[in-house]
Amino acid sequence: MELNGAQIVIQSLKDEGVEYIFGYPGGAVLHLYDAIFQQDDVKHILVRHEQGATHAADGYARATGKPGVVLVTSGPGATNAVTGIATAYMDSIPMVIISGQVPSPVIGSDAFQEVDMVGITRPCVKHNFLVKDVTKLAETIKKAFYVATTGRPGPVVVDVPKDITDPRIKVPYKYPKKVSMRSYNPAVTGHKGQIKKAVDLLLTAKQPIIYAGGGVILGEASKELTEFAHTLGFPITNTLMGLGAYPATDKQFVGMLGMHGTYEANMAMHDSDVIIAIGARFDDRVTGKLDEFCPNAQIIHIDVDPASISKTVKVAIPIVGEVKPVLEQMMELIRESKKKPSKKALESWWKQIDQWRAVNCMEYDRNSRLIKPQYVIEQLYEVTKGEAYVTSDVGQHQMWAAQYYPFDKPRHWINSGGLGTMGFGLPAAIGVKLAFPDSEVACVTSDGSIQMCIQELSTALQYNAPVKIINLNNSYLGMVRQWQEFTYESRYSHSYMDTIPDFVKLAEAYGHVGMRIDKPEDVRPALEEAFAMKDRTVFLDILTDRTENVYPMIESGKAHNDMTLRVADGTSTDRELA
Amino acid sequence: MRHIISILIENESGALSRVAGLFSARGYNIESLTVAATEDPSLSRMTLVTRGSDDIIEQITKQLNKLIDVVKLIDLADSDHIERELMMVKIRTTEQTREEIRSLAAIFRGKIIDVTPTTYVVEMTGPSSKLDAFIAAIDGDTIIEVVRSGPTGISRGEKGLHL
Repeated sequence: MELNGAQIVIQSLKDEGVEYIFGYPGGAVLHLYDAIFQQDDVKHILVRHEQGATHAADGYARATGKPGVVLVTSGPGATNAVTGIATAYMDSIPMVIISGQVPSPVIGSDAFQEVDMVGITRPCVKHNFLVKDVTKLAETIKKAFYVATTGRPGPVVVDVPKDITDPRIKVPYKYPKKVSMRSYNPAVTGHKGQIKKAVDLLLTAKQPIIYAGGGVILGEASKELTEFAHTLGFPITNTLMGLGAYPATDKQFVGMLGMHGTYEANMAMHDSDVIIAIGARFDDRVTGKLDEFCPNAQIIHIDVDPASISKTVKVAIPIVGEVKPVLEQMMELIRESKKKPSKKALESWWKQIDQWRAVNCMEYDRNSRLIKPQYVIEQLYEVTKGEAYVTSDVGQHQMWAAQYYPFDKPRHWINSGGLGTMGFGLPAAIGVKLAFPDSEVACVTSDGSIQMCIQELSTALQYNAPVKIINLNNSYLGMVRQWQEFTYESRYSHSYMDTIPDFVKLAEAYGHVGMRIDKPEDVRPALEEAFAMKDRTVFLDILTDRTENVYPMIESGKAHNDMTLRVADGTSTDRELA
Repeated sequence: MRHIISILIENESGALSRVAGLFSARGYNIESLTVAATEDPSLSRMTLVTRGSDDIIEQITKQLNKLIDVVKLIDLADSDHIERELMMVKIRTTEQTREEIRSLAAIFRGKIIDVTPTTYVVEMTGPSSKLDAFIAAIDGDTIIEVVRSGPTGISRGEKGLHL
């Protein structure tokens, strides 16, 4: 089969099994768009801003586990995509981004809409390619998908100069079934000796904890993790990225850990004697003050990326490999072993944990006349029966969604954890809804974040991706306001917006349904009404308590056992140290 | 501690900037970096000198290995190795100083490879410390220019960095 470069790109995507391309046309990709026009297999979603394309593809990837695909033009199209590429990179999300480039002969001449995309994205991609020869195009695309989806996943950019897609130049096409690269051989199974050592340590632990992150979800190992935890009977905590990897309603789950994690999770980490970190990377929002991180713990760390091991926290037993096969290897040894975890030690450890649980760190003022954001999330959980895909933006609302919506299944909690990208939630929700049109998709957001990619409301209408937008509107950039309250004596520098648009009218202008809710008693009925409108995007503008803060909190530079808790009288602005 | 890291990397455009970019992005220091093609034209060999604690060097080698273009690398400091650097020094000369520079160059096994009525160019190879010693031994005011390649190295014995 002879194809031109533009056809090769589209045919390669088809052969790769790609369902959707999220993109935006422009000069350097016109040949590609002409090829897209002449086929129906790969569907193109026209976003309203290239950042939206990357987040939508990212949301699609997080929900499905399949790589997200983005197509943007050169220059500003490419640079607009960078924030979304970096977002995917920080959270290890498989994506392939095809960017147009000016024709090869003029590269380097400051041509119209020229930018060094390979150079700009180098620090925020797993790998990138500049295609120099149309005969290598199909192989390069195959390599891009291979690199993006194997090992520790991540985004891969393929920069395609316009002359490479010239419709007049046809070459033989064959999409490789497999590629191998001598310089890239990610580990799969773990080292047997290390696994043996790890199991021995686990079976002698007296105050153990499982600390599991997003790697469990990326590695499709939730089932194995759950079995592992149940067999050992250990408490388990998830990172922000790991929520859903283990059922949050299970009794062994002690909640999220880290800066806004639960009191019991952080205290259990701090007092543990053995930690097994599974697909987690000891992020600074998780560890708090490094010098005082889990002072008595011996740490086992399973990660597919050797560079994640002992990067910030030195570990005793590193295991390089994919989470799923390593957990299977460990389970085999645990089953064979005559040694069992000490029942007595675990009982007293659980007793201690239950005392921490009794602090009830997630309690908030339920009698307030104002709408409490936590209440909204709890109601969202009930109305959606805990089964919705929930995307979020970044800030206070993100933490409340993480804290008050217990996720029982992986790939249902979709947020920008590493980069913390405001504007992520809405386009991500569209990507999820396209992947799962029959599932409920809610975007938990706030008045600050939603305005960063609000133009994608238009995309949701055009491609019939009805999502429910839960806008926790407090007129503030809430997390900034909270930090200013705590650390800058309430000098609220530029964290207040006094010209917030009328979101109801805005939603209507975009062809959607808008609702405003300002009383606690109206929250539940409004959510029910919104989710009953199956085929409509509904924007719920919920006016919440403006002064509410996210608790508990490990303030910057403090250790796990030094948490700030909400005071019991319910006044949300007062606080004291635990 | 000072480490010499020797890297086999795909000979593709941009490979050097991936390595250099990694060092600047993660705040590691590079003392020197040399690159050249190998006997296999699809591979380049880089020799990189860096300093850091054991933890930092461990991260550097892990991060380098993570670069998709990096095929293989070794830290020469882990084993017995030979290190060489090439230097060329242009020295201003007078009737009175020529003899002294010639004998000094001979002591350091250097060669005089260019002569004008007022200058010498001395070529010298050796471990970096030897080159430093030569520079220290001559009058600093007479040095017009010093060009150094940065060290390269190879391990002793049968062990080697190859595919």
